Amino acid sequence: MDSLSPPEPPRSEQDVVLGPPPPVRRIVIDRDPTVVAPPAANGNAPQARAGALGLASSLRRPEPSPGPKVERMRTESVSIAYGEKPAVSGVTLPVRQGEVLALIGPSGCGKTTLLRSLNRLVEITPTATRSGRITLDGEDIDRMEVTALRRRVSMVFQQPNPFPMSVFDNVAYALREQGSRRPRKDALYNHVGDALVRAGLWDEVGATLDHPALRLSGGQQQRLCIARALAARPEVLLLDEPCSALDPRSTQVIEELILKLRDEVAVVIVTHNMQQALRIADHVGFMYLGELVEYAPAEQLFGTPRQPRTREYVAGAFG
Amino acid sequence: MTPPPTGISDGWPLRDRVGYCAAWGAGLTLIGVAAAIVIYMAYRGTQYFDLGLLLESPNATLNQAQSGGFRDPIVGTAILLVLSTLIAAPLGVTIAVWLTEYGRPRWLARTVESAVEVVAGTPSIVLAMFGLVFFQQQWLGFLTFDAEGGAVLGRSFIAAAAMMSLIALPLVVGATREALNAIPGHVREASYALGKTKAATIRRVLLPAARPGIGTGTALGMGRVAGDTAIVVVLLGATLQILNGGGGSVFGLFRGTGSTLTSYVYYNSPAGEGLAPEKAYFAAFVLLVVVILLNFVVTRIAHGKDPGWTR
Repeated sequence: MDSLSPPEPPRSEQDVVLGPPPPVRRIVIDRDPTVVAPPAANGNAPQARAGALGLASSLRRPEPSPGPKVERMRTESVSIAYGEKPAVSGVTLPVRQGEVLALIGPSGCGKTTLLRSLNRLVEITPTATRSGRITLDGEDIDRMEVTALRRRVSMVFQQPNPFPMSVFDNVAYALREQGSRRPRKDALYNHVGDALVRAGLWDEVGATLDHPALRLSGGQQQRLCIARALAARPEVLLLDEPCSALDPRSTQVIEELILKLRDEVAVVIVTHNMQQALRIADHVGFMYLGELVEYAPAEQLFGTPRQPRTREYVAGAFG
Repeated sequence: MTPPPTGISDGWPLRDRVGYCAAWGAGLTLIGVAAAIVIYMAYRGTQYFDLGLLLESPNATLNQAQSGGFRDPIVGTAILLVLSTLIAAPLGVTIAVWLTEYGRPRWLARTVESAVEVVAGTPSIVLAMFGLVFFQQQWLGFLTFDAEGGAVLGRSFIAAAAMMSLIALPLVVGATREALNAIPGHVREASYALGKTKAATIRRVLLPAARPGIGTGTALGMGRVAGDTAIVVVLLGATLQILNGGGGSVFGLFRGTGSTLTSYVYYNSPAGEGLAPEKAYFAAFVLLVVVILLNFVVTRIAHGKDPGWTR
């Protein structure tokens, strides 16, 4: 189960995010999810209707981003099948910059497949077929050069997967021409440093850029992967369960990072973890058996879901 | 928790006791055999120990004072190692990359796999005979030593190295494939997701990650090349000294014939022509040291094999 930090004051007052780790409380969601009573002390009073779980009222929520919300990507009736087996059916969904979109749902519901279709990574699977339209800034991604698309729509995976090279070269790899070693190291230094700063890793690795990346801790490796994904200045960042292999502390660091990044890039995150979706997402899409059952602002989806299947899922009835 | 009982205990059935003793016995016997080889060869080899032998050229004579040393066989072994590695390593890595990263159409990949297995299973004397037939063709005469009048003998360092590379090839292919297969699929996908092509991914991510495997396979192959006799005897000729084949100092050297430590030992051992058994023992000892060193290199390379992927 996941460990959660207790409710905290609104984010604006919390300017130093990296302090000693906060005390950890565990919520066992599929047994007795309503035991967590929201503390009233910090003004986070229980709402009149606490929703199916009480989750929406008991966890801290990010302040909405003050920046503009710009639609960057859109899927229109996208269906994907592996051979005869449908994985995603008829999903229409906007992806906006300035907010975090979380896709939740039980295993095998097609959320990762949908995510991988946004940068056409799903095409690597030989049996996969797709119908429907996906656009990036209004342009059909099928008409784009796939390598150019993937530089604009970047991705971070479930397992931290730095390449077996130095920290510097991992980030520089994303910036260099295909197989070449150009541009040279000194020309890239600023860009690499910038990406590491944005990924919140500079303070930890800035002095040891030539060390092998695989010697970093798991959380650092995952942030290095985020830095690598950010290096080419993408417009959309896809995250496929980026915290599932990490400890709670690293998870918290990465969640803070995602919230900071949402103004620069449109963020889509696939997660099994509903608390995580609630902690960081502005909009949530609930998928079940390949369909997008419900798409709504996070508070609404967790607090007052309209669809019975959503209600059952967020209440932990299945999945 | 109590540790599982070690050693033989009273409750064991007879069958298990016999098996237990057999396992110990087999291990100890093997240690004994290995130690006997090294100690005996070291004893016989060092009896005739003379560093000057390493620098002297051999001469075919019955007079032991004038039969010289084995500089030429050592140089010959080095030439064969370099030439055959230059052929086997790039070819083997390319085959392994194609098999693991492309491998389509399927039937072709399976055929390539079988071909590698056939090469791996062919006895080296058969490879040697094939090489002789192959390099005796008139149009390939420029690669081998030719007799006066233009008869193509099909013997040269090039011919021997080409067949030797077939001995090393399956080992390079196997070790490289294993290393490539050990790289998790999501590492490849991470590279594609950065907008990289498959070729760039192979060159910048997969091959560097597979380098320990490639090194292991190459060093194993070199050990086999250094130790093979049949190909040398058939394809390098029976000359103790290195003979330039003509056509330039380097190319002529590769076109020429010579000997290696293995053929030197073979010709000088009591089983061969038995001209200089003491020197044969010393040469055999040197060969043993070379091969043990190569194996040591293999273990060192293989040591850092797992880069610590998250799976």
